[in-house]
Amino acid sequence: MMRTLRTASLIAAATALLMGTASAETIKIGVNEPLTGAFAASGTYVVNGAKIAADEINAKGGVLGKQIELVIEDNKSNPTEAAAVAEKLITRDKTPVMMGAWGSSLTLAVMPKLMEYEVPMVVETSSSGKITTTGNPYIFRISPPSAIEAAAFGKIVDKLGLKKVDFLVINNDWGRGAAEDFGKMMKAKGISVGLVETMDQGAQDMSAQLSKLKGSDSETIIVTAAVDQLTLLFKQAAALGLKKQIITTGGSQNPDQIIAQAGAAANGTMHLTTFLPWFPDKTPNPEATTYFVSEWKKRGFDFAGCTESFRGYDGIRTAAAAIEKAGKAEPAAIKAALWDIKLKGLNGDIAFQKSGPAGKESGQSQPNVYLIEIADGKVAMKDL
Amino acid sequence: MGELFQHLINTLVLGGTYALLGIGLTLIFGIMNVVNFTHGILYTFGAYVMFIVVQKFELNFFVALPLSIASGWALGALVELTLLRPLRGSDIDTTMLVMIGAWIAMQSATLWVWGGVAKSVPTPFPDAPLEIGPVSVSWLRLFVLVAAGALIVLTYILINRTRLGSAMRATFQDQDTAALMGVNVNLIYTSTFALGSSLAAAAGALLGPVYVVYPAMGDLAAVKAFAIVILGGLGNITGAVIGGFILALAEELGAGYISSGYRDAMGFLIIIAVLIFRPTGLFPRAERVG
Repeated sequence: MMRTLRTASLIAAATALLMGTASAETIKIGVNEPLTGAFAASGTYVVNGAKIAADEINAKGGVLGKQIELVIEDNKSNPTEAAAVAEKLITRDKTPVMMGAWGSSLTLAVMPKLMEYEVPMVVETSSSGKITTTGNPYIFRISPPSAIEAAAFGKIVDKLGLKKVDFLVINNDWGRGAAEDFGKMMKAKGISVGLVETMDQGAQDMSAQLSKLKGSDSETIIVTAAVDQLTLLFKQAAALGLKKQIITTGGSQNPDQIIAQAGAAANGTMHLTTFLPWFPDKTPNPEATTYFVSEWKKRGFDFAGCTESFRGYDGIRTAAAAIEKAGKAEPAAIKAALWDIKLKGLNGDIAFQKSGPAGKESGQSQPNVYLIEIADGKVAMKDL
Repeated sequence: MGELFQHLINTLVLGGTYALLGIGLTLIFGIMNVVNFTHGILYTFGAYVMFIVVQKFELNFFVALPLSIASGWALGALVELTLLRPLRGSDIDTTMLVMIGAWIAMQSATLWVWGGVAKSVPTPFPDAPLEIGPVSVSWLRLFVLVAAGALIVLTYILINRTRLGSAMRATFQDQDTAALMGVNVNLIYTSTFALGSSLAAAAGALLGPVYVVYPAMGDLAAVKAFAIVILGGLGNITGAVIGGFILALAEELGAGYISSGYRDAMGFLIIIAVLIFRPTGLFPRAERVG
């Protein structure tokens, strides 16, 4: 079986090489995601979501009468590789628009390449504020930056009765940005901010940080990290007898995976998330959510990945809508068209507003943010 | 005060596994002089074997552990026989490149076979930690510490008190003389590499259930193993053990009292200092095996 599969894919690859010209019939969209390294699981989910969007669009006749083709490259969870991948997608594959690059540090590394080659990119996951405030007019972000996330949390934070919070964040642009934006919001709300601890992106043992947090006088810890580190954190916090309230940010929690792996240690934790696959009726676009979740399951993917993969789905649909609007698959036209698109995403309307220094603004869409809680091994909306 | 004790108990638990990683690599890197980039992947492999045996075959946790160590031995022997034996006598750069290739290939293979989603290994230990006053430690971690300690002692005895151990030491001191004395040099090369690899797999099998299991889990572990070996002096088993505990202590206290952002940098700061002031490691002479 494996052997036939391999032979088949070899033949397919050889055919693709020989018929290089045939791909002129398709419109390419570059996908720059971490498929190996620390964020391999998350990046793979996003790519699988992207494939669902591409298949759906192609089944409906494609864009501008042509099929779309995803050119998927692995940035290895490494900023240097992410920049190299962007350059490859632009110069070798001639993709007129790209989606990427999952992590904030990865996206930030790609950004100078967008300026250099003048190709727009839909940013599907990254949440560092810097991405849309440094004046890169090729950036169109559909995920919420931490400031939007913090503002959304600010509307409900009073009801949680927080007094003093500590932060434990991943030590990169994403985590440090979140600590800064949430810290500002908390202070404005009269909540004191205590310790700000960090952990490296591949770190597995956070006992030292947690021991320190255990000894502080705060009652709540705000955590920014992706699912794997969150799982470890909850297990280690339980092992250390740390009994503080934990709220996570960043939207890469995959709560079902946390429940499966951290078990009872995850009970009582709260999470700011940007998608509600558990409750399609409560999303802005119930029909699309139901379709996406059922298609995801039909393809045999783990349900836990939905909260990650929907971004790839929305990202590709955004790029495709812009190509359609532009009327031609050229970077400048797509960039202009991205400002005018308006489509129903799985998490609210996708429409870009200007963000950053005048004259070279980036596009930022305003997705919804929800607070969920894990209770008795199940995901529940936090009633406030 | 409670916080300091907590940091110290964390150090003890972490140091035990660092020591295990360190002695495995010091055998291969220090004695055999192979810059072994597959050490991290053997750590990962040990953890995955643990996952498969416990989760898929539903065998007992304590049965899975020796199976995992044995698999590490087998994979190590395979790497030695297929990759290193044909390269015996070639310069260190060639071997290093081949080992980098093996590392990338094996890591991609784990990703291909098991996917990138992290796996969790169920354990028979209770979820509730052991609490002694202000200090709290999970039963699983205590077991890891004890098991690591036992493996370290066993390795020490194997190297210093058995015929195989003396043959190993003889071979890497003077290969030709050892061969003339009737030592099967090829067998010694394979078993030393396999022993080092099985220790890496043991560390992975012990730590996999503590953390989560995923293809890139060995990367940081491997870097730390190299750090420990350099800290303790090449080929020095006792040095590697002490080096492991020093690294764990530096990380814990560094993260606890200086800055958690530099946690993983602490170890390397120590190494830079050691390389400047004691270039042959902290314990270059004591108990030197090579």
